[in-house]
Amino acid sequence: MTSSSPKPASVKASLPEPVLNDKNGILMTNRRWPIEQWARPWSLPGYRNGAMMLAGIVLGILAGGALIGELSKWGDRLYALMGSFAAAKGISTVAVEAVWIAIKVLIVLHVILLNGLWSIWWERKISAHIQSRVGPTYAGGFHGWAQTILDGVKLFLKEDITPAAADQWVHALAPAIVIAPCIAAFAPVLFGSELAAARLDVGALYIFAFAGISVIGVVMAGWASGNKYSLLGGLRAAAQIVSYELPRGFSVVPVIMFAGSLDLSVIVSAQSGFWWGMAPRWFVFYPVVGQVAFLIFLIASIAETNRTPFDIPEAESELVGGFHTEYSGMKWSVFFLAEYAYVLLGSFLLATFFLGGGGSPLPWTPFTLVPSWVWMLAKAMLMMFVFLWVRWTLPRLRVDQLMDVNWKFLLPWSFANIALAGLYLAFWLK
Amino acid sequence: MSSAATSDRLFINLGPQHPSTHGVLRVGLTIEGEVIVKAVPDIGYLHRGTEKLAEVRSYHHCVVLTDRWDYVAAMPNNLVFCLATEKLLGIKAPARADALRVMMCELNRVASHLLFVGTYGIDIGAFTPFLYAFREREMVLDLFEMLCGARLTYNYIRLGGVMIDVPADWTSKLKEFLEYFKPKLDEYDQLLSFNPIFMARTQGVGLVTPEEAVSWALSGPNLRGSGVAYDARKADPYCGYENYEFDVVVGKEGSCWDRYFCRVLEMRQSVRIIEQVLARLPEGPVMASGVAKVPKPPAGEAYAHVEAARGDLGIHLVSDGGMSPFRMHVRAPSFLNLAILQEKLVGMKISDVIAFLGSIDIVLGEVDR
Repeated sequence: MTSSSPKPASVKASLPEPVLNDKNGILMTNRRWPIEQWARPWSLPGYRNGAMMLAGIVLGILAGGALIGELSKWGDRLYALMGSFAAAKGISTVAVEAVWIAIKVLIVLHVILLNGLWSIWWERKISAHIQSRVGPTYAGGFHGWAQTILDGVKLFLKEDITPAAADQWVHALAPAIVIAPCIAAFAPVLFGSELAAARLDVGALYIFAFAGISVIGVVMAGWASGNKYSLLGGLRAAAQIVSYELPRGFSVVPVIMFAGSLDLSVIVSAQSGFWWGMAPRWFVFYPVVGQVAFLIFLIASIAETNRTPFDIPEAESELVGGFHTEYSGMKWSVFFLAEYAYVLLGSFLLATFFLGGGGSPLPWTPFTLVPSWVWMLAKAMLMMFVFLWVRWTLPRLRVDQLMDVNWKFLLPWSFANIALAGLYLAFWLK
Repeated sequence: MSSAATSDRLFINLGPQHPSTHGVLRVGLTIEGEVIVKAVPDIGYLHRGTEKLAEVRSYHHCVVLTDRWDYVAAMPNNLVFCLATEKLLGIKAPARADALRVMMCELNRVASHLLFVGTYGIDIGAFTPFLYAFREREMVLDLFEMLCGARLTYNYIRLGGVMIDVPADWTSKLKEFLEYFKPKLDEYDQLLSFNPIFMARTQGVGLVTPEEAVSWALSGPNLRGSGVAYDARKADPYCGYENYEFDVVVGKEGSCWDRYFCRVLEMRQSVRIIEQVLARLPEGPVMASGVAKVPKPPAGEAYAHVEAARGDLGIHLVSDGGMSPFRMHVRAPSFLNLAILQEKLVGMKISDVIAFLGSIDIVLGEVDR
């Protein structure tokens, strides 16, 4: 700072040039980058810095993951430490087990909660860039990362309204019925090669069974709201989710046949190894069977999560929100937490069943050093991106077309796929 | 109560507060499951009585009222009132004013159809095309803002001509926009028009035969979507439309998709017309001389109609020689297009109702006036 006080003229000179009233009166081009620059995005500093930052984040995650190592080993160490501590203090092993289960439950719960924060922000960003917008930029500074946290605070502070026409108890219970099976379904989900809250012999079956229960909560919400649009949404949801359970389950049958088990970690280990020393033996790369099963499972998963093009239970332009029209505040956000948790569940299942779980995509050194949970997370996020991408690209199907897609297309092809998988087992993978 | 006999039927109000009724339209739907058994459109929520208001205002002031009918495409509203009044007054706009009128109406048609494309995508469930269409519509509105300071209610076309000549450099900005806009039309086709889900939702849905379209007095893209090649710009040319080359776009089967695609193709025709106007924009004044500040046309009647973005917009003016119209009647295309709703909705599913309602592209400001 110089000692002399600044003159008014220099203050005026530092103001930005007015855009609206310049002599050409042009509003059109001042808001946008010149069109010829779009041909060379690398010349735009925003794009260049963004790409470099993204590369830095990816490399950081890979290197950090390699430094941390397998998370399941850390878990084993913690469990052993707790055991020796209990033995030294004379605490019973039942108490140790109880604390250990509580820790695992809390970790899974926080995965679901943090997923809500992350994926809503990510969806807003992806949808914005698909729609030639920029999305949240203000909250938190860096690309609006804190936007979802603030949204959550706002939802937490909002008044919880129960309509006069609603059935109060059912209305209050419905969000719990939606979220509880969703959390339970995460128990056997693999977050790495061996990293799961519980190892179940019937893991795949267990997940499908619990994921199917949530529809009861949706129907309850639609019925109890005392709103005709919500009722229609609830009925649509019931028809849709129950129908799409079938192809979703049957599309995984070839995978289970190849792996010979319903245990998710066995399914992952059945995909280890490489053809010709470089092509991973993932189920999605099994000719025809793998791709058909993958696509059917992906489509059915999108339908299960009520997302476009299968969002007829919500259908903003028809049913004005459907089953969650009459919900507000935290009850409403629980529905959305469950939706995004199901997206995460679908992504992890796609990665587990078809993309080799925690296995490295390439058999060479820098890739094999990266621990399995990083690969698992990367594959799941790739699948989640597909969920978001589809949602913001496609229009919505009609109710009867939705049923046609399911019963006349997905289900017959999943049956044919099972037969084909049987032929593979009989002649190729003996 | 006869609830026992009709217990499996449900009455729902579609509107007046509903995201897909494009304003404050209410449709009383009786449904069985998802299928409509009875539909009663209910209008009047946006009634402002502009026809009555015109009877106590001078002719210049009435132009302001016309902006508020079809606020998505207000230029043709201005134009049709000025044409009717000019018939009464016996004056004629100069050549440059006529060319500018044609240019602004076509540019406004592009803006209006862009809004339709975007909101129709939302009705069908695709959010993204909306933002793409609005990005381009924003540029058209920017051009209008440069031209006359307003983005929706222009009040640009006046009795005897237009408000003001185009600003310096405006035509080059318009050319820049047209060059930018033409490839975007292909983008909409890729994104929405030929999307298989979009086509499955709209093709074969809400079929209107040519006979039905004529007998229900549909006009504009709704009529042409059914295959009737009627366009006021060809049938009864005004402002020198006979000098420009353009095609009347018609559909094949009269489905929602045909009505949608007619509008997409009409945008191309509008671009064609604007380019022709730009190529031979005559010099000269933009306002006829001798238009009184308070015009008092001789007693008589006049009818004028133009092809507005939503159809055949007409005005019947009756003058008793005073400073205000004795009676002004508006033939509003949205109002007449809406009438077919009650017959066509029966038997549809709720999703089809939204698809049909969106495809006839009503503006409630024009329905209720």
